[in-house]
Amino acid sequence: MPTYTLAKALNEGLRRAMEDDPKVLIMGEDVGKLGGVFRVTDGLQKDFGEDRVIDTPLAESGIVGTAIGLAMRGYRPVCEIQFDGFVYPAFDQIVSQLAKVHYRSKGRVRLPVTIRIPFGGGIGAVEHHSESPEAYFVHTAGLKVVACSNAVDAYHMIRQAIASDDPVIFFEPKRRYWEKAEVDLAMAPDPLDQARVLRPGRDVTIAAYGPMVKVALDAATAAEEDGHQLEVIDLRTLSPLDTGTLLESVRRTGRLVVVHEAPTTLGLGAEIAAHVTEEAFYSLQAPVLRVTGFDTPYPSSRLEEDFLPDLDRVLDAVDRSLAF
Amino acid sequence: MTLGDIGVAAPPDPTGGPDLVQLLTPEGERVHHPDYPLEISAEEVRDLYRDLVLVRRVDVEATALQRQGELGIWASLLGQEAAQVGSGRALRSQDMAFPSYREHGVAWCRGVDPVQLLGLYRGTDLGGWDPKERNFNIYSIVIGSQTLHATGYAMGIQRDGEEAAVIAYFGDGASSQGDVNEAFVWASVFNTPLVFFCQNNQWAISEPIEKQSRIPLYQRALGFGFPGVRVDGNDVLACLAVTRAALEAARTGQGPTFIEAYTYRMGAHTTSDDPTRYRLASELEMWRLRDPIERVKAYLSRSGEADAAFFEAIDREADELAARVRQGCLDLPDPEPLTIFDEVYVEPTSHLERQRTRFAAYLDSFGEADH
Repeated sequence: MPTYTLAKALNEGLRRAMEDDPKVLIMGEDVGKLGGVFRVTDGLQKDFGEDRVIDTPLAESGIVGTAIGLAMRGYRPVCEIQFDGFVYPAFDQIVSQLAKVHYRSKGRVRLPVTIRIPFGGGIGAVEHHSESPEAYFVHTAGLKVVACSNAVDAYHMIRQAIASDDPVIFFEPKRRYWEKAEVDLAMAPDPLDQARVLRPGRDVTIAAYGPMVKVALDAATAAEEDGHQLEVIDLRTLSPLDTGTLLESVRRTGRLVVVHEAPTTLGLGAEIAAHVTEEAFYSLQAPVLRVTGFDTPYPSSRLEEDFLPDLDRVLDAVDRSLAF
Repeated sequence: MTLGDIGVAAPPDPTGGPDLVQLLTPEGERVHHPDYPLEISAEEVRDLYRDLVLVRRVDVEATALQRQGELGIWASLLGQEAAQVGSGRALRSQDMAFPSYREHGVAWCRGVDPVQLLGLYRGTDLGGWDPKERNFNIYSIVIGSQTLHATGYAMGIQRDGEEAAVIAYFGDGASSQGDVNEAFVWASVFNTPLVFFCQNNQWAISEPIEKQSRIPLYQRALGFGFPGVRVDGNDVLACLAVTRAALEAARTGQGPTFIEAYTYRMGAHTTSDDPTRYRLASELEMWRLRDPIERVKAYLSRSGEADAAFFEAIDREADELAARVRQGCLDLPDPEPLTIFDEVYVEPTSHLERQRTRFAAYLDSFGEADH
C-alpha cells in the first residue's frame, strides 16, 4: 500500500481517472508543465498531452465557461481554480450556468464538470489565498459540493467526483496537501454522498470537514484526557449534506459542535444547526454550537492563527456544550 | 494622444461605412463583392424570402400573444431577420449554434418548432427543445455567457477531429462583457473552429452602441488575432455569404472569425421596454428604408423571379403558421407543481426527495378537489 501526501493522492486519482476515461480533461492555469502551483497535476501533461491537460489563458470565467462547452460536447473536464479567492470571476458561469443547465434543459444536457478549489488558510499566504467560499456553492441548487480531509479520501473522492454526472465543486484543504497517509488504492470507497464517523464517542459530536477535521480529531484526543468522549464526523459531502449520519450521532450524544474556517453567518454550521434542531429537537441536551472563522474578511496572515478555529476553541465549545 | 483628444465616440454611420459587405442593396439591387462571391439560384432566394417572412410573422404573433397576456415577455427580432436567416442558413447540420435569447430566426433555420421557443416566455419551461437534436443550444439570458460555451464546444470538436464549426450569437451590448472577451482570447489562442456572430442592432436596451465601443466592433477582432468582418445585417445574401465563408474557414482549421452584422432593432428590447424614452422616431424611419425583407421582395419582383401569386402564397403560409403557433402557445400545458423538483441533479438527492415528499403531502392536505 503506497504512502502518499494528500496532493500526491489527488495526482494519482486524476491520473487514474484519465486512464479510465479518455474524455477526462484537465484545464486550468499552470496545470501543464508546472504541474499546478501545488503540483497536484504534476506529470500529467507529459503523459497525456497538451490536448488533455490544458494550460488555459488566465481567466477563471473562461476556464469554467469553456469547460461547460466541452461537457456539452461529451467531455468530462476537471478545472483547477488556482486559489479559493480566485473562483469569484467564475461565479456566474458556476452558479447561473454550470449549476442550472441540467434543470433548464429538462435533464437533456448533463454537465459532468469537476471544479477543484484549494481552500482555507493556515499557510501564511497573502490575501485572497486563504478563503473558504463553500457556502456560496452549497446555497446553489444543482451543484454537488464535497471536501476531502485526508489522502485516502482525496484519491477516491476525486475519482468519484469526476465520474459523477452532476457538476461537483471539489474543495481541497490546502494546508493538508503535504500530510501523508497509506492509501489503499483497491478498496471500495464510501459513496461520495456520505459522511463518515472517524472516531466514535458518546459525549459530544464534532462535525467538521476539510482542514478542520484534523483539528477536531486532535481536540477529541485532548478531550479524552479530561474524560470526555468526542465523536468526530468528517462531513465529506457539504451538498447534499449527509444529515442521516449527523442525526444518528446527535441522537446518541445529544450535543453537537460544528467546526469550519468559513465565517459564522449562514455557514454550514447554521444550516446544520437548523436541520438538527428541526429533526432531533428532543434529543438535544444543548444548543448546537459553532466554532468558525469570524464574520470578517480573512485577516492578514500574522493574524490567521487567531482567526482560524483551533484545538482550544473547539474544546472551549465542548465545555460550553457540556455545561448546559 | 492627449486627454483632450479623447472625446465621446461619434454616433455610428447608418450606412455601415466603407467596409460593409453588401450583396443586395436596400433598393433590391444585386451587387457583387470581390471577397464574397455568391452563386445563388432564384429558388434559393425565394426560400430565403419565405424564411424571412415566416420568421417575422411568428415574431409579430408572439408580440401579440404577450400583449394579450399569453406570454410573460417577448424579445422581438424585428429588423434582424436577415442577419439570423442568412447566418442560420449558412450552417450545416453538423455545425452547432449557441444563441442568446433573440435568435428565433436561427431557431427556425435549425428546425426548432417556434412553439417550443414560447415556453420560456410563457413560463411553462426554461428551455423547451433538445439542443442535440437540432444542434441548437437552449437560450441563454445572462448576456454573453454562451460565447464561452460555444468556445468550449469548439475545443471539443477539435479534439474529436470532426469537420464541423460552432457559431456563437450575441449582441453589441454583450461585446462589453468579460465572458465575450475571454471567449475571444480562448478562441484565438486555441484556434477554435468558431464564428462569433455579433448582431449589432445599435441598442442595448436604452444604451446606444457608442456606450459600448469607440471603434467599430469588427475592428476589435484584429486585436484578438483573428479577422473581423462587417456585413450588412439587413442583407440576407451578404449574411449568408460571409457566414458561409467564416464557417468554412473554421471547419478547415483556419480558426475563428468575428462577424459584425450591422443591423437595427426595429422593435423594443422586449415587450417590457419603451424605446420612445430614449431614441428618435426618425432613426427608426431611416432604418425602415433598409428593411431586410423589402429589399428581397424588390429584387425578386424586379428580376421577375417571383410574381404576386408567390408573395400571396407566402403571406398565406405565414398566417397559417401564426395561427398554429398561437394555438400551440395556448395549448402549452402548465407544469405540475411537483415538477419543480425534477432534474435538479442527474443523481437525485435524498434531501431534495424529502422536500418533494413534504410539499406533496402539503398539497394533498387540501384534498383532491382543490388540485
